[in-house]
Amino acid sequence: MFRRSSWLPHPLLSLLLMLVWLLLNNSAAPGHLLLGALLGFLIPRFTRRFWPEPVVLARPALVLRFAGRVLWDIVVANFAVAKVVLGPSAAIRPVFVRVPLDVQPDFAVTVLASVISLTPGSVTADVDAERRFLLVHALSEDDPEALVRQIKTRYEAPIKEIFAC
Amino acid sequence: MIMVLLDLLTAFLLLLGAGFVLVGSIGLVRLPDIFTRLHGPTKATTLGVGSILLGSVLYFSARQGLSLHEVLVSLFLFLTAPVSAHLIARAALQRRQGKTPFTEESED
Amino acid sequence: MLNMVVLAAMTLVGISLLLNAWRLLRGPDATDRIIALDTLYINAAALIVLYGVQIGRSDFFEAALLIALLGFVSTMALAKFLLRGDIIE
Repeated sequence: MFRRSSWLPHPLLSLLLMLVWLLLNNSAAPGHLLLGALLGFLIPRFTRRFWPEPVVLARPALVLRFAGRVLWDIVVANFAVAKVVLGPSAAIRPVFVRVPLDVQPDFAVTVLASVISLTPGSVTADVDAERRFLLVHALSEDDPEALVRQIKTRYEAPIKEIFAC
Repeated sequence: MIMVLLDLLTAFLLLLGAGFVLVGSIGLVRLPDIFTRLHGPTKATTLGVGSILLGSVLYFSARQGLSLHEVLVSLFLFLTAPVSAHLIARAALQRRQGKTPFTEESED
Repeated sequence: MLNMVVLAAMTLVGISLLLNAWRLLRGPDATDRIIALDTLYINAAALIVLYGVQIGRSDFFEAALLIALLGFVSTMALAKFLLRGDIIE
């Protein structure tokens, strides 16, 4: 989508910084827009060595749908976790599962791991050095295989599509 | 009329959020081992605080004009919660060696 | 009506803070205490936002943001310390 230029090395980051600045000041006045744009321009330039590879969205339209799905899952699964927490202790079936990874780039793996951790009932505990699988802890799961399948189809597949990897 | 509806929604969000915060903390106290305890704070609390903040956004937007800056706190929490959880889980995995865990590995 | 709701929500969050403090004191492991502290921070941010709603000032969100920031950094530091400490052993 974007070619990497030295002028604006991380367009998405710049946009995000500007948005955060506007939110922080709770205003979209022209002055703040200008200042936000300046910060969005300067900060990525000064911190570029911390961002080895630019994030490229192959399918930007999918991002919103994916974010909506994740938010919905967070809400729904929170009630499930609340039930487990308030229910009898004997009914809890915690388990570690390994989720084989199809995505490889750092950023995509990070997003996947974070999404898994954010949706209640599962926490990403570790990733192996070769990035072949994620170690995921499930709070209460009777069918570990189903959890792995769900993670792969519901989260990993869209991430793969979004980042085209 | 619309004000009453907004206030009702605000009240609902605040109570829901506080409820989830409480559930997360109960989980922290009740759940049996370190890995299960991780689930309470990282989720219930994140959503709980998220909906409290949303309630606050609604409350102030209804009274003092559009005010979105509380969203920033939610955004920050949603970004950082998985990172904290991940690091604590790794620390716990590393420390657990030799102890008999409540949670059993599914393989190996 | 909303005032009562805010008070009720503050009570719930207050109870949560006490529960977190119990876990913080009780342990048993250092990692348990870190989780408790992390939760304590986040819940305190929620309490401050609720207080802001109660007295009708939205600038309390800045305090909440600062607490969330500091909480995250200290959780990171503590967890990193545990990880590294064990490696040296």
